[in-house]
Amino acid sequence: MEESITKPSTSRSTWVNRWQLFWGSFSGVPILGWLIGILGAVALEQLFGSAFAQLLGLSKVPVLFGFVIMLGHPRLIPGTLIYLLVIYALPIGIITQVGKSLTNKLAGYLLKFHLGISALVHIGLLFLVLHLWADISDYRDLVLRLTLIAIILTLSLNIVNGYLGEFSCSHPGFMALGAYAASVLTVLLFVEDKVFGSPLLAPNIGPFLFPIVLILAGLIAAIGALLVAIPSFRTRGDYLAIISLAFLFIVKSLIENLEIFGGSRGFMNQPNWANLSTVFVWTMLCIWTINNFVTSTMGKALNAVRDEETAANAMSVNTRRTKIIGFMFAAFWAGIAGGLFAHVMRYVNPGTFGIQKLAEVLAMVYFGGLNSVVGSIVGAVGFNLLSEALRPLELYKWIIIPLLLILVMLYRPSGLISFREFNIANLLKPKSTSDEEVEHVVTSD
Amino acid sequence: MSLLQIEKMTHYFGGLRAVHDYNLEIEPGQIRGLIGPNGAGKTTIFNLITGIYSPTEGRIHLEGKDLIGLQPHQVASLGLGRTFQNLRLWRHMTVLEHVMQARYSKLTYGVVGALLGTPKRYRQEAESERIAYELLDLVGVKHLADQVVINLPYGAQRRVEMARALAIEPKILFLDEPTAGMNLEELSQIMETIRRIHNEFDLTIFLIEHRMKFVMELCDVIQTLVFGEVIAEGTPEAIQNNPEVIDAYLGKEIET
Repeated sequence: MEESITKPSTSRSTWVNRWQLFWGSFSGVPILGWLIGILGAVALEQLFGSAFAQLLGLSKVPVLFGFVIMLGHPRLIPGTLIYLLVIYALPIGIITQVGKSLTNKLAGYLLKFHLGISALVHIGLLFLVLHLWADISDYRDLVLRLTLIAIILTLSLNIVNGYLGEFSCSHPGFMALGAYAASVLTVLLFVEDKVFGSPLLAPNIGPFLFPIVLILAGLIAAIGALLVAIPSFRTRGDYLAIISLAFLFIVKSLIENLEIFGGSRGFMNQPNWANLSTVFVWTMLCIWTINNFVTSTMGKALNAVRDEETAANAMSVNTRRTKIIGFMFAAFWAGIAGGLFAHVMRYVNPGTFGIQKLAEVLAMVYFGGLNSVVGSIVGAVGFNLLSEALRPLELYKWIIIPLLLILVMLYRPSGLISFREFNIANLLKPKSTSDEEVEHVVTSD
Repeated sequence: MSLLQIEKMTHYFGGLRAVHDYNLEIEPGQIRGLIGPNGAGKTTIFNLITGIYSPTEGRIHLEGKDLIGLQPHQVASLGLGRTFQNLRLWRHMTVLEHVMQARYSKLTYGVVGALLGTPKRYRQEAESERIAYELLDLVGVKHLADQVVINLPYGAQRRVEMARALAIEPKILFLDEPTAGMNLEELSQIMETIRRIHNEFDLTIFLIEHRMKFVMELCDVIQTLVFGEVIAEGTPEAIQNNPEVIDAYLGKEIET
């Protein structure tokens, strides 16, 4: 197979070969190399981005990879493309290629040191990249934070709808519980408010107690989940779908009728504590714990229950407990996502947590892929970026996105990346520097 | 005292009496057989003992512990491992995952350990993986450990079920028609495997089977069940020559 590259051939296949060589040289770049390359591009944008954009006749830096500009003003397409090429493609290409052997060595060294250290270094770099990227505009910052929250939501719903194979509709309800619980706690404890009066604790210790507030919000959502789980997990079937849908409506109308929390007008005044780093850390915690959970025998019990419950029970798996734990764990993270969401928007109203939100979360789960941590991340990021990027198309956006979903369902019924596990050691390992296909056996796990 | 003791177990499905006055005493280390025509209630008896159904009347004791009213997973963790007549495998999981999953009740790291990936979790999972490989080796499917189970041939799937049942560290292994759908060559291999399992752990085995050759060669004591009632119990020779058993299988000769 590798010989075909060096074999002399006709002119058409030389182009194919050159293309293969070109891509081949990129397949040897480890994740570390890509991160450093993107970091370079983002730093370049930070330094010269707006000046270069003005030079090309663009009013400002293209915030979402130029989609919004190109779709809104076709006249500016060439300028935007040049911008993307010069600021993103070229620096990333050059840095990854030049630094290939160095980053490979570094990645190998980090892995030899300790997997956890290597993962932390990568996450740190990722944060730096995202931070610099989002620093350019508030819009980017907001989109990024909402996308990270969407990852938490999608991943947690995937536990129930993917790993456990049940169909839960109450996720926005758990999110609402978390959002209101966290909002009420922070406003009551740390903010001067018209309804709740003066803060009970000193506001300056608030940011330090914010994690505890979020965890409490998650626990309240988990208690809500227990209420749904007890009646609906007596048997299998459609019960959960129906009961959880009812729960969603109950939560929504409960909040609408609680005047103390603003009723349907909503609840505001949340402190601005959910900045990018906070949301990023929580998202990483979510990915880490959920990935830990679903790769353990405790978590794989969810799959056993889904695939053949009788056998799971006969093989000493406490199926009822497994289902309830999985469901509550999912709700816990939905609650935290809700709490973060409330503090990003700094305003919540019950209308946010309705059927529309449910459709959005379900779409992200099924688009990304069932039973896969990577799938959920891809689903959440892809769906959010797509829906932001297509914003200039206005009404047509709601034709294109559903069409895409239908296509995904037709050609990949269980989602883009489904039933695939997330092997961190495999992801972070150095790639072979030769041009041959990289298919080394992973040593750990 | 015998390992498993069942007294006067009766079970009704609505008005249908599926099992009537069933008694059983299994001694440690025995291989017991349960034979009978289709619909005699053999699998129902397995389901009653392993907690899938709860008997209408009667008592079941494992080493003196009462099993009535326990959930199947509780019965399993007390030491009753079983396979199923129609394979019940987890179709998205690999062979290794199947066997490791059955060690669920042996893991003590709990939910927190699973979420945070504590060292205890990795230690126990590694231990569990080691045992799983040993069991897969014992039943002869170690080389298939990383395969997703639905891609395997039928015989291999049966072996995976056996390894999985062994992973819960059973005191008694219940095999529900271990040779169903197998040809003669596979039959002698699976017989060999069951013998190996029996010898390795000195394991008590209780099996349902239709193939007479198989039952007669393997079992120490055989029960014959017809319409939910035991009509004969004894050694293979005694059963083979018992006129009632012959009648049940071949039909009575018409008196002329």
